[in-house]
Amino acid sequence: MMWAIFSILVENKPGILFAVTHMFRARNFNIDSIAVGVTDNPKYSRMTITTFGDEKQLEQIRKQLDKMIDTIKVRRLDEHKTVYRELAIFKIRVADAKENMEVNEMIKAFGAKAHDSRRDSIMAELTATPDQIRAFQELASRFGIIEMARTGIAALQRSGS
Amino acid sequence: MSDNNNIKTITGAQALMEAMEREGVREVFGLPGGANLPMYDEFNRCNIRHILVRHEQSAAHMADGYGRVSRKPGVCFATSGPGATNILTGIATAQADSAPMIAVTGQVNVNMIGKDAFQESDIMGMANPVVKYAFQPRTPQEVPLAVQKGFYIASTGRPGPVLIDIPKDVQSGCAHIRYVDEFKIQGYHPWTEPDVNNIGRAIDTLIRSDKPIILAGGGTIISSAFAELQALAEFLSIPVVTTFKGKGAFPENHALSLGPIGMHGHAEANKIISEADCVLAIGTRFSDRSVGTFEEFESHRSIIHMDVDPAEIGKNQTTNVAVVGDVRATLRIMLATLQERGISKTEGGEWVRHAQEMHRYWQENLKIHPGELGAAHILRKLREVLPGDSIITTEVGQHQMWASLFFDVITPGTFFSSTGLGTMGWGFPAAIGAKVARPDVPVVDIAGDGSFNMTENSLATSILEDIPVIVFLVNNYSLGMVAQWQRTFYDRRMVGVDQGQCPDYVKLAESYGAQGIRAHTLDELEAAIKTAVKSDVATVIDIPIDPEEDVLPFVAPGTPLTKMILPS
Repeated sequence: MMWAIFSILVENKPGILFAVTHMFRARNFNIDSIAVGVTDNPKYSRMTITTFGDEKQLEQIRKQLDKMIDTIKVRRLDEHKTVYRELAIFKIRVADAKENMEVNEMIKAFGAKAHDSRRDSIMAELTATPDQIRAFQELASRFGIIEMARTGIAALQRSGS
Repeated sequence: MSDNNNIKTITGAQALMEAMEREGVREVFGLPGGANLPMYDEFNRCNIRHILVRHEQSAAHMADGYGRVSRKPGVCFATSGPGATNILTGIATAQADSAPMIAVTGQVNVNMIGKDAFQESDIMGMANPVVKYAFQPRTPQEVPLAVQKGFYIASTGRPGPVLIDIPKDVQSGCAHIRYVDEFKIQGYHPWTEPDVNNIGRAIDTLIRSDKPIILAGGGTIISSAFAELQALAEFLSIPVVTTFKGKGAFPENHALSLGPIGMHGHAEANKIISEADCVLAIGTRFSDRSVGTFEEFESHRSIIHMDVDPAEIGKNQTTNVAVVGDVRATLRIMLATLQERGISKTEGGEWVRHAQEMHRYWQENLKIHPGELGAAHILRKLREVLPGDSIITTEVGQHQMWASLFFDVITPGTFFSSTGLGTMGWGFPAAIGAKVARPDVPVVDIAGDGSFNMTENSLATSILEDIPVIVFLVNNYSLGMVAQWQRTFYDRRMVGVDQGQCPDYVKLAESYGAQGIRAHTLDELEAAIKTAVKSDVATVIDIPIDPEEDVLPFVAPGTPLTKMILPS
């Protein structure tokens, strides 16, 4: 199983997110993460979908996306030539001042931002790759994660690749 | 209408009808209701004929039958809510078999959408997975372009059904309507130019093989590639099998024809394709019902795959060479390339003789039901009596598979069936649609009683709209295919398959004003078919058969084509 990033330029109109996610469900593919937003041209939105599959499945996903009439451009991005980031927000439990300090240090080490530091909890905002987010999550879980939210990745492949 | 008179003030409903007239629509199959009254009112003013159905599902099947035969989109109308959900099965059937269709549904007023209004259904959401595309114009101005784009999408590339869902106030609202001469659909690229290099590789692979076979699928029929297919098969002396959907892509009385492969394929077709070292697959999606198991099918042989839909390449079978593009265009380039390369006509060698001997053997030795009205006897009789260019539709079940086994298609592209979705009740309304497209030839629905029950009220449409078709009713008083599976796989524990001797199909036909004939012998059957072909009204020929007769050969689901259950 390989991880893959699909970047899909679609017409910016109602029903397309439904149609795309429905295709994944109907054809027995999985969506690992999904992020959608309008582009510089308000006529178009870009969907960034990450998924897992073998080479044959990933090729089928690309072709089925391409076949959809509302998709303008479908590209499977090369992970190594792509800038991709995800935003995650964690609410982390802290028992005492010592833990508060430890969590703050962890936040600094990951280049994350601390918000709403309280006696019993801290919120952390992290923009990173999914791997780094998972690593942060693992460390945070030692203190206790009260809640977390992730955006799914946004990605663009570097020019000339 | 001239193009310099392109803007005018009319209603959305008028715009719909005008735009359809511009697309060449002459008939609409449908049923009115509250939410499509404005468009129905337009039938009083336009030149499009309305053909009233008794159930919206039948309207969709009629449009489907019309579309497959004429290769232009058939059109069906339904109202909102239950009208729309009733046509869904018909839309899904067309999608599964790549049939061009335009389904137009009424919808509640724009400001009522989402309010759970009376007869509101989210048909845009429900239909999404079973349409090629769907439009919901929110203003009357959007209607003409939705129609233009809809017809273009439905009929190009790999054809399919398009839904146009029109809120009632969009139908009745007035607006400046503009028709455009050209439009662009940015994300739609229906045609790919066949790659000549890949065609070259296909030729290399084919002529290097010792035991090649051509597998012609439904795409060959959709593309009307009959002459090209025959020319290629004859030029390289390659035996031809078809999928069930491709049945009749190649004349089944041709010396190189072995008939359909698959679950109920011809024994010789399944055997020969299993021996082949190279398969040239034309316009097929490698259905599980055709190939048995994907793994076995692609082992020990190279596969060349030609299809208009790039997503079909590698979906079910791994291929050695693939050519994306219209299969007729591809075959033409292939034939020209063979000429250019100076490759001379191949005479049939050992492999072709072997295939032909196998064909002869099974034609003579396949054990058939000995009864006078055994399936093989009645279907061969139908073939013998019926003109060669007659159009056949079928329902779904045992009779359908007997038709595949025992009814040879002589004129290519005259056999149609619900092969993908397997929709019981498709054949009769589809036959009516086919007859509207081709009033000049006899149209016969090879039916079973279980399927016929589902849409038999289309007899009213046939009679009142003067569209005479023939129902060849292979009657075993049961849901025969399910009964066969219960006999075969469930140790004869029969549940829910006995339909009883109900109704009396002769009286049923007569009650609608149609002709009902019961045939107890082959002579009576022959007379009945002759009477039916000459008749001005629909004829139901009721043929009581042995309810215990099985369809054989039979490849059980999930097993390779080599493991055929043969008659003992």
